[in-house]
Amino acid sequence: MSETLLSVQDLHTSFFTDNGEVQAVNGVSFDLNPGEILGIVGESGSGKSVTAYSIMQILADTGKITQGKVLFKGEDLTKWNDKQMQGFRGKNCSIIFQDPMTSLNPVFTIGNQMREAVVLHTDRRGAAADARVKELLELVGINEPEKRMKQYPFEHSGGMRQRVMIAMALACEPDILIADEPTTALDVTIQAQILELIQSLQKKLGMAVILVTHDLGVIADMCDNIIVMYGGRICERGTAREIFYNPKHEYTKGLLRSIPNVSNMKQKLVPIAGTPINMLNLPKGCAFCPRCDAAMKICLSEVPQELTINEDHKAACWMNVKAAYEEASRNE
Amino acid sequence: MSETLVDVRNLKQYFPVKVGIARTIPLKAVDDISFTIGRGETLGLVGESGCGKTTAGRSILRLYKPTGGEVYFNGELVTDKNITHMRKKMQMVFQDPYSSLDPRMTVEDIIGEPLDVHKLCSNRKERHERILELMETVGLNAEHATRYAHEFSGGQRQRIGIARALAVKPDFIVCDEPVSALDVSIQAQIINMFEELQDKLGVAYLFIAHDLLVVHHISKRIAVMYLGKIVEIADADELNEHPIHPYTESLLSAVPIPDPDITRARQRIILEGDVPSPLKRPSGCPFRTRCRYATPQCAEECPDLSDRGGNHLVACWVK
Repeated sequence: MSETLLSVQDLHTSFFTDNGEVQAVNGVSFDLNPGEILGIVGESGSGKSVTAYSIMQILADTGKITQGKVLFKGEDLTKWNDKQMQGFRGKNCSIIFQDPMTSLNPVFTIGNQMREAVVLHTDRRGAAADARVKELLELVGINEPEKRMKQYPFEHSGGMRQRVMIAMALACEPDILIADEPTTALDVTIQAQILELIQSLQKKLGMAVILVTHDLGVIADMCDNIIVMYGGRICERGTAREIFYNPKHEYTKGLLRSIPNVSNMKQKLVPIAGTPINMLNLPKGCAFCPRCDAAMKICLSEVPQELTINEDHKAACWMNVKAAYEEASRNE
Repeated sequence: MSETLVDVRNLKQYFPVKVGIARTIPLKAVDDISFTIGRGETLGLVGESGCGKTTAGRSILRLYKPTGGEVYFNGELVTDKNITHMRKKMQMVFQDPYSSLDPRMTVEDIIGEPLDVHKLCSNRKERHERILELMETVGLNAEHATRYAHEFSGGQRQRIGIARALAVKPDFIVCDEPVSALDVSIQAQIINMFEELQDKLGVAYLFIAHDLLVVHHISKRIAVMYLGKIVEIADADELNEHPIHPYTESLLSAVPIPDPDITRARQRIILEGDVPSPLKRPSGCPFRTRCRYATPQCAEECPDLSDRGGNHLVACWVK
C-alpha cells in the first residue's frame, strides 16, 4: 500500500446564510492514494462538490470549514494561509468545473489565459511559457495549438473548452486533479472523448483523480473506489464492484434500482420516494431516513456509524448493524 | 402495428440566419424527416444537442411554422387554421420545469388555463374539481392548489407541467427532455408516471431526450437524429442490440452504463471531433465527416432511409 496523498478527516463545512447555517458537509473522512481514481457520487445538495471545494478552499464567502482536517502529504491545509494555499492550488491540486464556458474568461484568448497559469506556477516566461502552453494543448489532443491559442473561448465548442480547462489544470503536473461534474454539460459522444482523455492522462502522468458526479454510469466506467454521499455525509464507500454489485446502504440500493440499466429495461423502475433533502432542516438521525422504506426507530434519532462490511467496503446504515446483531445472536 | 395517430411527412424547419447586412441563409434545423407514431405508442427521439430533436417536436405542434412537409393527426392535416382545435388533442411537456411555469400564477390557474382556453368546463365548480382530479392523477397534494410554482421542488413542478398537458385529455404528448433537469432519484418517479399514464389513458408520446438509457426504458421504438436528419429508426431493443448506422453504433457505445463489469468490458467507439455547425453542413450524408466507413459516394448524395427488415430503417450507403 502506497503512502496516502490526501487525507480528509472529519470535515465539516457550513454556509452561513440569511436563513441560518447550512451544514453542507457533516463529518466526511476519506483517504486518497497516489494514482487512484476516486468517485464521489450523490444528488444535488449531497455535499459532494462542497467537499471538493473545501479541499481546495475555494468556498463562497459565506462558506467555512468549521471542523476537521485536510492533510496533504501529512500537512494540515486548513491551517495554511491564503498565500500557501495559492501555492497548493495549481501546483499540487487542480480543479476542473462542470461548465467550461463560465470557467473561462470570454475576453481573453485561450493562449493568454493558459499562459497566466503557467507563469503563475512555474518559472517559465515569454517564449518558454508559450512553448509550454503549446505542449499542454497538444497533450489534451487539440489540433493546431498555435492557431487555437490566438482564439477566444466562444470560438471553441464545449468539448474543446473542457480540453482547454484540463490542459490548464495540468500546467504544473499536479498530484491531484479534482473533476467536478466534468462532462455533465457535454453530449454523449463528447463525454466519451473527455472521459477517455482523463483516463489516459491519469495513466500517463500518474496523478490521483477525484471525480465528482451524479452520473452512476460515468462512475462505473472510471473509478477504482467510490464514495456515495447523501445529506452531507458518506453513506457508503468501497470498490466499484462492491458498490454496484453488493450495495449495503438503503440509499445506494434505491439509487441503483431507480436508474434505467441494461438489466432492467423490461421492468418498472423502483423510484426513491419523497423529495430531495432540505439542507436547512436536516433530520436528527440518518439523513436518508425520511425517504427510506426500511427505516427503523433508531434511524430517526441517531446517526448511523460506518460499519466495515469487508476490507473493501464500508457502509453507514443501521440495517447492517441489525443484521450483524442478528447474525451474532444466531451464532450464540 | 397499432393504428397510426401521428404521421409526419417530409417535415422541414429552416430558420433564417443573417450573414452580412442583407443576406440570410437557411439554418436547416430539421431537414426532411418522416415518421409515424401509433395510438398509445411511445417513440423515443434521441440525438446530441443541436441535432434538431427539440425543433422537430415543436414543429409538429406548430409552435414553429414548418418550412415544408405535413403533419397528419388522426388522418387530418394539421394547418394553421385548425391548430388551436388540434391542440386539444396534442400537448407538450417542456424540459425546464422552472421556466415553463408562470411564476405569477397559482398551480390551480396553471392547470386550469388549458381548460379555459378550450372552454372545457361549464362552471367554476366543475373546473375546480377537474383540477383537483388532475393534481391527484400526477401525484400532487390537492391542498397545494393555491400555491405558486416556486414553492415546489423540480420534480413536483414537472408534475404540474404534466397535469397541465393532461388537462385537455390529449391523445398525444410531445415530451421534450422532461426528466433531464431532475435529480437521479426523482427521474424514476416521473418516468414511472409517464408509463402509468400511458397504460391508464392510452396517450401516445414523442419522448425527446439525450439520455439513451432513459429513452430505451420508456420507448417502444427509437429514432436517432443527426444534424436535422433521422439516420435510423427501429424497435427499441432491436436498435440497442443491433445498431446499423455508424452514428448509432458509436452513440450507443459511448453511453456510460451503470454496471462496472459491462461498461469496462465494452469497446468504446470514440468519434473524432465535434458535430459540424448546421450552417456548414457537409455535402451528402451529414455524418460522413466523422464516420469511419465514409466513401466518396457519401459526399455526393445523402442516403434515404431504407428498410433493413422488420421495420428497421437506416440511412447509410455503406452499412
